[in-house]
Amino acid sequence: MKAFKEINALVCPLDRANVDTDAIIPKQFLKSIKRSGFGPYLFDEWRYTDHGEPGMECSRRPLNQDFVLNHVRYQGAQILLARDNFGCGSSREHAPWAIEDYGFRVIIAPSFADIFFNNCYKNGILPIVADTAVVDKLFSACEASVGYKIAVDLETQRVTLPSGETFGFDITPHRKHCLINGLDEIGLTLQHADEIRAFETKHKAAQPWLFN
Amino acid sequence: MAGKTLYDKLWESHVVHEDEDGTCLIYIDRHLVHEVTSPQAFEGLRLSGRKPWRSTSIVANPDHNTPTDHWERGILDPISRLQVETLDQNIKDFGALVYFPFKHENQGIIHVIGPENGTTLPGMTVVCGDSHTSTHGAFGALAHGIGTSEVEHVLATQTLIAKKSLRMLVNIDGQLGRGVTAKDVALAVIGRIGTAGGNGYAIEFAGSVIRNLSMEGRMTICNMAIEAGARAGLIAADDKTTAYLKGRLHAPKGADWDKAVAYWNTLHSDEDAVFDSVIELRAEDLAPQVTWGTSPEQVLPIGGRVPDPAAETDPVKRTGIERALLYMGLTANTPIEEIYLDKVFIGSCTNSRIEDLRAAASMVKGQKKAASVKQVLIVPGSGIVKRQAEEEGLDKIFINAGFEWREPGCSMCLAMNADRLVPAERCASTSNRNFEGRQGPGGRTHLVSPEMAAAAAIAGHFVDIRNQI
Repeated sequence: MKAFKEINALVCPLDRANVDTDAIIPKQFLKSIKRSGFGPYLFDEWRYTDHGEPGMECSRRPLNQDFVLNHVRYQGAQILLARDNFGCGSSREHAPWAIEDYGFRVIIAPSFADIFFNNCYKNGILPIVADTAVVDKLFSACEASVGYKIAVDLETQRVTLPSGETFGFDITPHRKHCLINGLDEIGLTLQHADEIRAFETKHKAAQPWLFN
Repeated sequence: MAGKTLYDKLWESHVVHEDEDGTCLIYIDRHLVHEVTSPQAFEGLRLSGRKPWRSTSIVANPDHNTPTDHWERGILDPISRLQVETLDQNIKDFGALVYFPFKHENQGIIHVIGPENGTTLPGMTVVCGDSHTSTHGAFGALAHGIGTSEVEHVLATQTLIAKKSLRMLVNIDGQLGRGVTAKDVALAVIGRIGTAGGNGYAIEFAGSVIRNLSMEGRMTICNMAIEAGARAGLIAADDKTTAYLKGRLHAPKGADWDKAVAYWNTLHSDEDAVFDSVIELRAEDLAPQVTWGTSPEQVLPIGGRVPDPAAETDPVKRTGIERALLYMGLTANTPIEEIYLDKVFIGSCTNSRIEDLRAAASMVKGQKKAASVKQVLIVPGSGIVKRQAEEEGLDKIFINAGFEWREPGCSMCLAMNADRLVPAERCASTSNRNFEGRQGPGGRTHLVSPEMAAAAAIAGHFVDIRNQI
């Protein structure tokens, strides 16, 4: 996993609530057995005016010019600004894979769906929960000013706006440690292999039918 | 000290390790695997030279990509076929307790085959790379969907890294009226608390309505917990749970059975348990539900009218309603009963069990589908469900009505196989999501119960089934 420490980057505002994972990456792309290459199909049904299929070369596909990701001013954005319940719906990790492959490293929203939120951390993406009032303000500022960039520092857990204003965000120490160091969680968990084995022995003695 | 909730009991009995910040390693008893969210996880194991910790925890079968007709032709789409063959190879290489490959007589939707083979049991932790894993909570198990990185983590370590959720109780007392089903209860709960209402919670469903439901109905409700934002839905184990499980292939036998039942009888929230949030609904207030928009929370009783955005004061919600109406091709204030359908889909992990098919068949009564309805798909949840339905003659009832009787699979719930809507087609569906494009690009989905879907197939539009039964 790519490590994440800090970023100072362009913000792209996606002004819709309840953006679901079917919208983030439509089902036809889930047929892939790979982890990479989903970026060109991120938000496929909103981003292009034709119907996308896996393997299509996207550089010549007709763009939906109304969709924010296609606006010239947001090209190169690495921070996605979103509304409530971002990432609701299916557990498909293809959604964060597509977001990361496109180039986003941070998503800021008032709330996230649980499974998506969790999946982000496994893929070097930092999801930040911010107050609705703060998100409203960011939407206004971002839309009012071309080239609107903000700085996100995971070490100090702070976001700094161009005005100099800052706000903090929460993250569990475990997730922070893994993100900053780009760590493989499986390796960390296997440090507890003896504890897992001991638990398993006790569990099997109490409920042998679980192991049939 | 306050008593424990069912969730507390399940959680505490599976904690292997707890960090200072509350992050825990939770032991996983059952790992359900399908072809879409597992290939990258198995590839990860191979790349790191790891093996599954306990392959006998795995129950696997392809379901998302498999066709539901002309099985003799195999899987025509080469990309889908490769994904299904990749699962075959991964199970061959790494092992499983149960594997039903494509065309096996018991193959079906993973959330249907788990319980019906006795591989979902009370007191278990169950995970799957699929958000509708919440279904298994109907058995008093802690079950939730996980991403592919977590699938790999569970394969390699038999544990999941998690923090304890908050606890919500949804209590529904009273007597459901005729024609009001578990699906309507689920949709009404989502309408009440919203699709984000359960974020961060495990929801326990309780009350006389839940106690009176069959296991099939309970699975429908827990299945939809994720649509309310909750990773897990839960229902206490009781006599219905044990009666359902007795004699199933992998259910405990002999002395183990008695010991298991004694333990399962403790799997309920204590009288004095404290929840972080409590929602109360009265059964008598519930009518058959129909979603009108592109989120499951955009739902109304059958007697309702499509909402008018002009009446909404919150600007974000107003824009949401306007966008949904535009996508759905609906006009504000249209009565739900005047919405006409192009297709009907009865199936999915929400409503494809034998009871669902019986309920749908009961609405047909020798009638034919409306001429204006182009296609009615009946997709049983598994080979076992299909054979049971055929023994009862349900297939004949459907076929005589002009419906199509298909092979089991996920089918048009998410349209990864060839079963899908074309742009602007409108469908009454017993599935769980009405998102934009869910059943095919540009397709328009209305979520309903099997009874409501079957009645709409006959009438050509939504009807209040309470007038028919």
